[in-house]
Amino acid sequence: MRTLLVLFVVIMTSCKNETSPSTWHSTTDETSKYVAEPLEVYDFEGLKPFLETDTDKVYIVNFWATWCAPCIKELPYFEAVNAAYADKNVEVLLVSLDFPKKYDSHLKPFVKKHELKSKVVALNDMDSNTWIPAINPDWSGAIPATLIFNKDKRQFYEQTFTYEELETELKQFLK
Amino acid sequence: MKKIIGIFAVIAIVGLSAFTTVSSGYKIGDIATDFKLKNIDDKMVSLSDYKDAKGFIVIFTCNTCPYSVSYEDRIVALDKKYASKGYPVIAIMPNNTDIQPKDNMEAMKQRAKQKGFTFPYLMDEGQKISPQYGATKTPQVYLIQKTTKGNEVKYIGAIDDNYQDAQAVQTKYVENAVDALLAGQPIKQTETRAIGCSIRL
Repeated sequence: MRTLLVLFVVIMTSCKNETSPSTWHSTTDETSKYVAEPLEVYDFEGLKPFLETDTDKVYIVNFWATWCAPCIKELPYFEAVNAAYADKNVEVLLVSLDFPKKYDSHLKPFVKKHELKSKVVALNDMDSNTWIPAINPDWSGAIPATLIFNKDKRQFYEQTFTYEELETELKQFLK
Repeated sequence: MKKIIGIFAVIAIVGLSAFTTVSSGYKIGDIATDFKLKNIDDKMVSLSDYKDAKGFIVIFTCNTCPYSVSYEDRIVALDKKYASKGYPVIAIMPNNTDIQPKDNMEAMKQRAKQKGFTFPYLMDEGQKISPQYGATKTPQVYLIQKTTKGNEVKYIGAIDDNYQDAQAVQTKYVENAVDALLAGQPIKQTETRAIGCSIRL
């Protein structure tokens, strides 16, 4: 919780593409010599609002990490779905479970290098024994894992996806 | 009629998805299978080799998962603390090394040497054992007690409640469970959940 506050940089209103040096914030973390981009970091309480909706949107929430090879393999499909269905009221959220000490050295450079268009946030909450079953009782804790929901229903998947599989599941929510 | 078919379709889909997400494998109280797996000293190891053991701390772990790496010292410490009390650590590397070459036997030998593993580090050749146990990720612990029924599963889950920082651990799940078994007490938390790396089958 303590370091969370330090790492938590509020960028709700700032534009994604603002890269002029004047908009960069100096961080209090002296070790962040790699990529000084802002990153939203949440504990589970902070993440919860992203896991429910009362709007007409469909959300696809993917739990991943840069060290997770099967996650990286399927990431382009989530990006592609996010692009293809943006006008159909679908939004992809990528929730990184990278270790906090890897945010600057791995996660931020990865997001930048692959120009991820989906929203990326990091979840840092030690109490996994509480929040894993809260997200889904059947989740063993293995990643990748994906949650698809709208205001009426939700489905959880502890599996990897191809583009076609992801699209098939998504279509259940678009009826 | 359409509606009924629709409902059936939904039930079928929910049913199918449920089937794929609910993990099979052992529950608390089930009898765990023994195995014969190759150790890093090229000898075969089975649970039945341990005549004097009261049980086992079976841990599915590997070289390549950051969560496993983060726990290596703590796994060594578990073996140091509990092997002499009758609960040795048995580590099993469950990944398919065709998919995850950095977990191959040579790499396992190197890592064990570097970290001073005092326990067997076994290759689940052909990935036969982790599916039977129902292990889905590394690291994942199955605490087993030898009972009259056989090798009974007593605890499934994480080593403790802080994968990032050993100093900041509040609850040592596995230690508490083994201590309870040694004291003849019921285990308070028999199952815990933690994030881990999917086992590559």
